[in-house]
Amino acid sequence: MANKIPRVPVREQDPKVRAHNFEEVSYGYNKEEAMLEASRCLHCKKPLCVTGCPVNIRIPDFIEQVAGGDFDAAAAVIAMDSSLPAVCGRVCPQETQCEGKCILGVKGEPVAIGKLERFVADWQHGDQNTGAAPDGFSACSGAPIAAPNGHKVAVIGSGPAGLACASDLAKWGYQVHIFEALHKAGGVLAYGIPEFRLPKDKVLQKEIDAVKALGVTIETDVIVGRTVNIDELFDKEGYEAVFVGTGAGLPRFMGIPGENLSGVFSANEFLTRNNLMKAFRDDYMTPIHAGRKACVVGGGNVAMDAARTALRLGADTTIVYRRSEAELPARQEEVHHAKEEGIHFELLTNPVEILGDENGWVRGMKCIRMELGEPDASGRRSPVPVPGSEFIVECDTVIMSLGTSPNPLIAKTTPGLERTRKGGLVADESGATTREGIFAGGDAVTGAATVILAMGAGRKAASAIDAYIKGK
Amino acid sequence: MFKILEKQMLNPVIAKMVIEAPRVAKAALPGQFLIVRDGEKGERIPLTISDSDPANGTVTVVIQLIGASTHRMVEDYNVGDCYADVVGPLGNPSDFVNMSPEELGAQRYVFIAGGLGTAPVYPQAKWLHDRGVAVDVIIGARTKDLLIYTEELGGACDNLYLCTDDGSVGFRGVGTAKLEQLVNEEGRKYTRCVAIGPMIMMKFAALTCGKLGIPVVVSMNSLMVDGTGMCGACRVSVGGETKFSCVDGPEFDGSLVDWDEAMRRSRQYKPEETAAMEKK
Repeated sequence: MANKIPRVPVREQDPKVRAHNFEEVSYGYNKEEAMLEASRCLHCKKPLCVTGCPVNIRIPDFIEQVAGGDFDAAAAVIAMDSSLPAVCGRVCPQETQCEGKCILGVKGEPVAIGKLERFVADWQHGDQNTGAAPDGFSACSGAPIAAPNGHKVAVIGSGPAGLACASDLAKWGYQVHIFEALHKAGGVLAYGIPEFRLPKDKVLQKEIDAVKALGVTIETDVIVGRTVNIDELFDKEGYEAVFVGTGAGLPRFMGIPGENLSGVFSANEFLTRNNLMKAFRDDYMTPIHAGRKACVVGGGNVAMDAARTALRLGADTTIVYRRSEAELPARQEEVHHAKEEGIHFELLTNPVEILGDENGWVRGMKCIRMELGEPDASGRRSPVPVPGSEFIVECDTVIMSLGTSPNPLIAKTTPGLERTRKGGLVADESGATTREGIFAGGDAVTGAATVILAMGAGRKAASAIDAYIKGK
Repeated sequence: MFKILEKQMLNPVIAKMVIEAPRVAKAALPGQFLIVRDGEKGERIPLTISDSDPANGTVTVVIQLIGASTHRMVEDYNVGDCYADVVGPLGNPSDFVNMSPEELGAQRYVFIAGGLGTAPVYPQAKWLHDRGVAVDVIIGARTKDLLIYTEELGGACDNLYLCTDDGSVGFRGVGTAKLEQLVNEEGRKYTRCVAIGPMIMMKFAALTCGKLGIPVVVSMNSLMVDGTGMCGACRVSVGGETKFSCVDGPEFDGSLVDWDEAMRRSRQYKPEETAAMEKK
C-alpha cells in the first residue's frame, strides 16, 4: 500500500549554521524524493485537497505526473490554476489548506503537497538542486498565449495579486502594463518575505521574468495616486480597465508610551531594509539596526520573519506575543524553524511601555503577563492582563509586528472608489469595485492575508476584466 | 533610468542636479519631495523638489554631501549618467495650493530658509509670487559663499533678505533674528511663516514665530525608506499624535512638532552612517 511509505522528510540547512546566514532554510526535494513522496497520494475519488486550495489546483493530477516522472506535465497541470507555484510551494500555509484536508493526515502524515509543488516549479526554473535542465520553460508560461486583442489594461502593484491578474490577461491577448511604487517588482514577496524563505534572484525574479515573458511590461517608481492617478490612466493613457492590487502596506503600532524612541521599528521598515534594500549584504549602502537584544512584538509570519532576520544579523531575539502558543497566527513550520534557530518566546505577554535611556534609545520593555479569557469575535480566547504581573524585558531594539492595513492613497485620489470601515477597497466576489472599470483584489481588499488568496483574487479579477471589456 | 541633464556645485557641499523624470515633473507641486536611488546598491534618499519643468520633463533637486550615499550620488554621477530610480512626487503639496484666490490674497508670507532648505523654498515662493501674493524670503548661512539660490529667489519674492553668521553679506545673525527685526523694528506684518532647513533651525523658527504670533509651517526631512507610508521610519509627534512625514506631511504646524524627538530620531542610524563614511 502506498500509504505505508512515511512522508519523505525535506532536507534543511542545519539550524546552527543557518542562524548566521540568509541562504534558504529548506533545500527542497530532489527528483527521487519527489517521486517517492508523490507515490503516497491515494488519488481520492473526491479529492479534498483540491477544495482546501484557494485556487483549486488539480493536486492529484499534478502529483500523478510527478510520481510518473513527467515533471513538465506536472507543471502544465499546476499552471492551469496557479501563476506563482515556486512562491506558493514555499509560503502557502499548506497545513491549513490542501495538506490540512489530505485523508492521509487523519491517521498519519498528509502528502507533502507544498514541497511537491515547489519541486515542480523549481524543476521548471532549472534549479541546480533539483537537477533540472537549465533551459526549462517557466511553469507560468506553460499555457499558450492568444493573439494580441488590442485592449489595454493597467495593473497597479506587482505583488502576487497583480502578477496573477497580469499573467492571465496577457495570456488572453491583452496588453498589460504593471505600475509598481517601489524600485523592484514583487510587492510583499520582494520587500516582506526574507531571502531565507523565498530566495529573490533564484525564485522570485524567475517568476517575475516569466510574467514579463508573456508580454507584460512593468514600470517601477510609479506611485499611482501621486505620480499619476487612475483617471489619467483612463483618460490620457488609454487604459480600458484597471486592477488595483496594492496590498496592505501600512504598519500598525500599539500606541503605548515610548513607541517613538530610537530603536523602535515597524517590521515593515526592518524587513524592507533587509529584503528589498539588502542591508545584510556588505556591498549595499542600506543601514539597519538589529542591536544586541531584539524583541519582536507579534505572533504572525511577519513577526517570525523579523525575528529570524534580527537573529541572523546578530541579535539575541525574543518574540513577545500576548496569547499562547496555540494561538500563534504564524505557520507551524515557521514557528518550528524559529525555535530551532534559537529564538526565545515570551508568550502570554504584552508590552505596556517601551523604556528609553538618557539618549532616547530603547533600553527595555515593560511587559505584563496575560491569561486567556472568553473567546472574542474571531473565536480566539482574548488575552486579559494579570494585575500586578508587570516585569521588564531588557532589549535595545523593538520591532513592532502587529499587522498591516491597506494604503488609502488610491481610494483617496480616485472619485467613486469606496472603502470599508477597515480600510480595504469595497469589491464584490469578482473583484469589481464601486467604480466602473476598476477592479481590485488581494490584501488591498481583504486586509493582510495570504499570497495564494491574493493570487486567486487576481485571477478572478482577470476573468471579470475580460468579461467587462468584451461586454463593452 | 533617470538621466542627469545638469550638475552644478552651488557651494562646496551642495550640488544641484537637473534630472529627466517626465512623470514626476508633470505631477509635482510646491512642498512635495521625491526619492532618488543612485544605483542598484544605493539607499533611497528623500530630497525636496526645488523645481520642476513639466514641458521639458525635468525635476531639479539639491543634494548636500552628508553621508556616504550622498557623496556617491554627487561625486560618482555626472551629466549624461543615470540614476537608477527617481520616484515621486511624494507627500502632500503645501496647503496654499488648495487656497481660494480670496484666501491667498489675504496672506502675507515670510519664508525662513537655511542651508539645503533654501532650494525647496524657491518653488513655493515662486508659486505665490506668480499669483501676486506678498512674499518675503529670509535666507541664512554661516558665510556668504555658502548661500545658495539667491538669484532664483531674488526673482521670486518682494523682498529677499540675506543673513550670515559672520556678516560677510547682508544681516549679521541668524534668520530668526532677522525676522524679529522685521516684525518688531520695521513693523512688518505676516500672516504665515514657512521655515525650511535643518531641524534645529526649524525648531528655533517655530519658537520665534510663537513669540511673534505668526502661524508657522515647517517641512520635515525625516528618515524614510519607501516614502509611501509603509515603513513608519518617518514617525514624528505632532500635537501629541504620531504622524508619518511621508504621507501626513512633509509640512506640519511647527508649533506642534516635538523637536527633540524629531532630532533624536533623525540620528538613529548615525553609527551605521559613520561606519559607512569611514569605509569609503
